[in-house]
Amino acid sequence: MDQAYGIFLYIISLLTMGGIYAILALGLNIQFGFTGLFNAGIAGFFVVGAYVSAILTTAPSARHLGGYELPVVVGLVAAMVVSGAIGWIVGRVCIRLRADYLAIATIGIAEILRLILKNETWATNGARGVSMVPKPFETLPEPWNQLGLMALVLSIVAVLYFLLERARTAPWGRVMSAIRENEPAARAAGKNVEAFRIQAFVTGCAVMGLAGGLTAHYLKFIDPNAAEPVTATFLVFVMLIIGGSGNNKGAILGAMLIWTVWSATELVTSRILPDDWAIRSAYMRVFLIGLVLQIVLQRFPGGILPERRLRVAKDKKRYN
Amino acid sequence: MMDFINFHLMPGIILGSIYALGGIGISMTFGILRFANFAHGETMTLGAYFAFTLIQLTGWHPIAVLPFAMILTAVVALGIDRVFYKPFRARPAIMLVIASFGMMLMIRSAIQFSWGVQLKSLMPGIQRPYILFDALRISPKHMLIIGSALVLMLAVHVLLSRTKIGKAMRAMADSPELARLTGIDTEMVIRATWVVGASLAAAAGVLLAIDTHVETMMGFKLLLPVFAAAILGGIGRPYGAMAGGLIIGIAEELSSYAWIGNEPLLAPGYKAGVAFAIMVAMLIWRPSGLFRGKVF
Amino acid sequence: MAVLELDNITGGYGETEILHGVSLKVEAAAVTVIIGPNGAGKSTAMKAVFGLLRLSAGRVLLDGEDITSMATEQVVRHGVCYVPQTANIFPSLTVEENLEMGAYVRKDDYRPRMAEIYDLFPPLAEKRRQAAGTLSGGQRQMVAMGKALMLKPKILLVDEPTAGLSPKFRGEIFRVIQDINSAGVPILMVEQNAKQALSIADRAYVLVDGRNRLEDTGPGLLANREVAEMFLGAGGASVGAASGVNGSGAGSGAGSGANGA
Repeated sequence: MDQAYGIFLYIISLLTMGGIYAILALGLNIQFGFTGLFNAGIAGFFVVGAYVSAILTTAPSARHLGGYELPVVVGLVAAMVVSGAIGWIVGRVCIRLRADYLAIATIGIAEILRLILKNETWATNGARGVSMVPKPFETLPEPWNQLGLMALVLSIVAVLYFLLERARTAPWGRVMSAIRENEPAARAAGKNVEAFRIQAFVTGCAVMGLAGGLTAHYLKFIDPNAAEPVTATFLVFVMLIIGGSGNNKGAILGAMLIWTVWSATELVTSRILPDDWAIRSAYMRVFLIGLVLQIVLQRFPGGILPERRLRVAKDKKRYN
Repeated sequence: MMDFINFHLMPGIILGSIYALGGIGISMTFGILRFANFAHGETMTLGAYFAFTLIQLTGWHPIAVLPFAMILTAVVALGIDRVFYKPFRARPAIMLVIASFGMMLMIRSAIQFSWGVQLKSLMPGIQRPYILFDALRISPKHMLIIGSALVLMLAVHVLLSRTKIGKAMRAMADSPELARLTGIDTEMVIRATWVVGASLAAAAGVLLAIDTHVETMMGFKLLLPVFAAAILGGIGRPYGAMAGGLIIGIAEELSSYAWIGNEPLLAPGYKAGVAFAIMVAMLIWRPSGLFRGKVF
Repeated sequence: MAVLELDNITGGYGETEILHGVSLKVEAAAVTVIIGPNGAGKSTAMKAVFGLLRLSAGRVLLDGEDITSMATEQVVRHGVCYVPQTANIFPSLTVEENLEMGAYVRKDDYRPRMAEIYDLFPPLAEKRRQAAGTLSGGQRQMVAMGKALMLKPKILLVDEPTAGLSPKFRGEIFRVIQDINSAGVPILMVEQNAKQALSIADRAYVLVDGRNRLEDTGPGLLANREVAEMFLGAGGASVGAASGVNGSGAGSGAGSGANGA
């Protein structure tokens, strides 16, 4: 009975974290899937959202900025605004250049953000992070508190999915895919390509900030290394590409699937293997998931649920 | 004044020559294969670990094993290109960026798996610095680093300006389509680019390891400044990357000098931000870099 | 037998077909010119020779040998050289290095050939150590052609060599093309300056919408009413236009009116 309850709680945590990753994957889908923008700094936008929401909602503490005790909803909205604003600045600099430059700049901004969070101790408590972050439904008895948060995360996933599907099939989404498939033609049709790209990039960053905020509330704690930055970013890419880049259902499916595999293998290896080998197998896991991504990229570039394209032309060399 | 030279300018030049070596490869692969290679940092790490193992096996001096570490790394880079990058040659460049991003994680985790994550040292022990002209302090290992970097950069210069393959590499960095239409064996040039880029990356990794130590994240920490060096110099411009590397290295070290009053101008914790700031400034005002490189 | 023959070429990029059954022949020792309005597929027809196009039908023959869909590099090795309209030099390389790259596939000593090229383009000899990107438009065009000639090609393909050049340089380029041709190199050229181009053409083709429209000798097309209406300005002036060009030869600018739209 106890074991069954443990599994029940594990599944709830799996779905909650999987849901948060699904939000990240949906955010990346707006940028990469719809628009072809490469964001290598997902972890940066995520962690900023986490800090913003954490600082706005926690009780006063001598160790970091805060004590505003605002409602969680306000924290989450602010997380989206700040992450989106940072995305806007990065986008303004790089969006007219090719995707590679954006990738370099975003991996850079993620590093800089990490430096700021680490060094500006007065605001962030440095490497020790912000703790005692309020958690929605935490006053409810177990397991209802866990279930409540899971329901919150999953309903955000559902709302996002609904909104993004609407956007994809709306004129906005059609312009986006036209730009991605044939930029010169879209320009010739008088579309302001840069403006559309920035909109997509900023929206995606805001969604990532939201995921960060939710994580801070879920874990009740956030520090600059909350997620090993590049691995976390990479994981979201793997989720989106394996699920099906450009397809919102694919993004959610990929996130749930990869998170389950990721988390379950960690659980299994840490239980079965001796410590030394458990650490090594963690590296092996990153290696293997990288290999899976390479195979998917080469053999099944559409992923499990390939994008249903509104137009055909594809696989043309895109210069410039 | 001597403090300025000994503790800021010299370290800047040392760091700068390491960035310069790393920058050449990233600039050339960007110019020729048209993608930002995120795995370049990990290539540097790999070179340092190869050197570490070679030293353990032979007991030789780090500089003596350097050529072999460079060759091993170049061989690995050729293999990676063949298996993981070549299938994407005729596909959108974004695919290559993702593939290299994945490769970055794969190489790093393979290193962590094989060598573990503890710090390792190539040159154990503390060396007494030489004192020149009564005040200029420079340690033997730093002279070694600067000397090796100079020799390698000279070798690159000879390759690029005197040999047929070197000229073809510059030609292809100018225009891959025209190179193809001219009858240049572009696959051959691509392989040569990987050999040059990866072996210089390995050298950068080994030299950094001589200065500090060997660790699994060392290459990733170099990635941003090295990208900045390539963009500052101009994509596809090897000489630009050398100059860019030196400038970035010196700028990073000088940023923590007490230019005004007694406090460092920039808290040392933000040193890594200097490269980023220079890069962003270039992207805003002059994306073609100092040497009129390519902008995609 | 034709040196180069495009036989019923159909193809394009991606999903879009640009050429619909284009055929043309380049005879030995001849200057062959393709004219046509923008988007007619003139440059695309040239790219078809180099395997840079997705072909859905048709053949490319070089000296009667089928080279359809051969790798670009192999086509060059077979002696077909191409001067693209833009980006036709390596700007960061010196003039001399550009010529060396032109000889990339040669294993023998190319020095004598380089001397011949410098004789053909004296301004290049003076600037051999200068980065090609720093030269004037006309001189760049010389570098591009010199580079293509390093191989002693069987045939030279030139894409709009006078685009963006002043009338003075235009005349010079046409003269150079005639010189190259009289040295025995057959030439296939795409041109916007229809008047001047037709006046030096032994054979000329008009492409419209990716199809062959007209085909005749250069002077024949110059005298053609339809060509006059399409490319040479006012309709009904065909006779005058023809004689005017014949008079201008390869010299002074034949007027911007020749820039067919």
